[in-house]
Amino acid sequence: MHDVHDFEDVKIPIGPQHPALKEPESFLISLRGEKITASSVRLGYNHRGIEKACEERTYTQGLYLIERICGICSHSHSTCFVQAVEEIAGIEITARAKYLRTLIGELERIHSHLLWLGVAGHEIGFDTLLMYTWRDREVVMDLLATLTGNRVNYGINTVGGVRRDISHKQKEEVLKAIDILEERTKYYIDLAKGETTLIKRLQGVGVLSHEDAEKLDAVGPTARASGIERDVRKDDPYAAYGELDFKVISVNSCDVYGRTLVRLGELMESFSLVRQVIRKIPDGSILVKSARKVPAGEAVSRYEAPRGEDLHYVRANGTEKPDRVKVRAPTLANIQSVSKMLEDRYLADMPIVIAAIDPCFSCTDRLVAVRDTKNKGSNTVVWETIRLQGIEWYKNKGIDFTSLNEKLTKLS
Amino acid sequence: MLKALFHILIFPGLSFLFVFGFFAEYVDRKLYARLQNRIGPPWFQPLADFIKLISKQEIIPEEADNNVFKLMPLLALAASSVAILYIPISGERSVFSFNGDVIVVLYLLTIPTFAYFLGGWYSRSVYSMIGAVRSLTQLFAYEVPLFLCILASAMLADTWSLSGIAAFYNQHIGYWFCNIIGFVVALICLLGKLEKVPFDIPEAETEIVAGSFTEYNGRLLAFIRMSFNVEMVVGASLLAAVFLPFGLNLAPAGVLICYLIQVLIIIVAISFLRTLFARLRLDQMINFCWKYLAPLAFLQVLFNLTLKVVLPR
Repeated sequence: MHDVHDFEDVKIPIGPQHPALKEPESFLISLRGEKITASSVRLGYNHRGIEKACEERTYTQGLYLIERICGICSHSHSTCFVQAVEEIAGIEITARAKYLRTLIGELERIHSHLLWLGVAGHEIGFDTLLMYTWRDREVVMDLLATLTGNRVNYGINTVGGVRRDISHKQKEEVLKAIDILEERTKYYIDLAKGETTLIKRLQGVGVLSHEDAEKLDAVGPTARASGIERDVRKDDPYAAYGELDFKVISVNSCDVYGRTLVRLGELMESFSLVRQVIRKIPDGSILVKSARKVPAGEAVSRYEAPRGEDLHYVRANGTEKPDRVKVRAPTLANIQSVSKMLEDRYLADMPIVIAAIDPCFSCTDRLVAVRDTKNKGSNTVVWETIRLQGIEWYKNKGIDFTSLNEKLTKLS
Repeated sequence: MLKALFHILIFPGLSFLFVFGFFAEYVDRKLYARLQNRIGPPWFQPLADFIKLISKQEIIPEEADNNVFKLMPLLALAASSVAILYIPISGERSVFSFNGDVIVVLYLLTIPTFAYFLGGWYSRSVYSMIGAVRSLTQLFAYEVPLFLCILASAMLADTWSLSGIAAFYNQHIGYWFCNIIGFVVALICLLGKLEKVPFDIPEAETEIVAGSFTEYNGRLLAFIRMSFNVEMVVGASLLAAVFLPFGLNLAPAGVLICYLIQVLIIIVAISFLRTLFARLRLDQMINFCWKYLAPLAFLQVLFNLTLKVVLPR
């Protein structure tokens, strides 16, 4: 018989292409019957070279590229980046701009958490929940479109402030939409607390103890569901969060059910935050003029994205392009904990356990390591070598830019 | 001879089953969609899907066992289609009624699950094999309560023929309410048989792609989908005949309309149920079936036995 017929440890690949995963990522799972005995994660299927590409662009151009790291938390990444740039350049943005960034950030959190709730429902075969939450999510998506002009990549941040102001009419629209969303979220909270099959599928699944969460550096709702009260908005307030009143939601159940409750609780906090922003937003300009060139220096910026702490490092060298940009998306901090959560679980729990960290794999992929299987070991290659190799490769294919490059240098 | 051919090919055989199967699928899908706040498919969607699949190229995995892989969808379709001939749908008597046909129908309705198991197992893909094992494991959980419920109903009617059971309950409408537990349990078991939420564990999309049917495509997949539709109609007809027969002594057209109403009630109930729940895990499903459904089914059997002794005939 074929060796996969042996029921001692069947290896089953989840990904890179699999219906449970919305993005390419590979999980190899060993099964004994329905039980998971071992699991391994492999990243690197969606590397896009954004960090390197940022070095080739000006700060403003890079901002729009950074925004496209993630389709869901685009505002998180762009705010995080722009905060670092502003810190190096010594720009203090206006209070109104800070409030507007907070407003978009919280609306983004609402749409991200509602999206997660739907995905979680789908992963446990509860498609009705998916359809309901995604219908309600349209309310906040439309709101974001009216405020910024776009549904996902808002393009509202710029170095020195924001690009669009909010009108009185829009403020009322926001409040109206928030009322609808709050009512719906209350319904989902009731549902999460009352629906038996949902609770059965989520409770006690994907346990990550407090100690493990500390050890594996979990962030965001994943950490907060393990009883770690860690939230950048509270610990290191940025934008307008220092002036706003909100609670850090955390529970001690350490399982997927806890992560659901944390996210639902955060939704309620976000509604209150949006209302506070609308009430407190000061008048004034939204943009501070800034020079194109940023003085030499470096900065690390932290931002509480819907998925957890987002971290950007920017090093400037006095020109109009950054010297180095480093992004650490929240999923990279959480992905290590997935193997721990999958220990001794059933195959049926695998999709929801992975989904419970709200993974965003294409945000995470920062590095591709190509291993030389013939000569064991690895070596580091510098950018210039890769460039030369590329030129050589195209030359062999009959494409030669040497003369063109010479003409270009003469011109400049 | 001609009459038998008519029964097999036209009514209540293949043609009727296919048309009604498509209609049942449409009702199920449309209702499911409307309950989820979606628009849902147009009325011809099941037929369009079927034609599309039929016209597609057939790909059989190299590793798969060619014959078993090809045969199993047809076997599943055939077995569930044959069962309709023993269920009374156009009068007090079914086409080929005899004392003991309850057993035959239950047996025929079990064959598709085995066919899916074998088809999945011989696809030789990990997802198919896990799905196949799951569908078989699940079978052992829901089959016993289902059998017991129908057995209880048959005991009260004192006959082993479905036509007899239907005729008995048609005459004594009051006895319906004695079987109410059995009806609910059997309806839940039918969800398991049809692999619908919350018991769609064997084809859990987010875990094992499409379970046993991962490797199936084109014509063979069309047959599998068709056999699910037929199974849904036959399963619903069986439940209707055993638990809610009415209007059997009307004119033939009246009987048919009553039958369609009965089956639609059950299909609508299935759609409602599958909207409400999340998919259970295999161990939870088996626990649920043995902890709650099986004892309830036993209770029904005991209840009916007591009734038989107590009530005057």
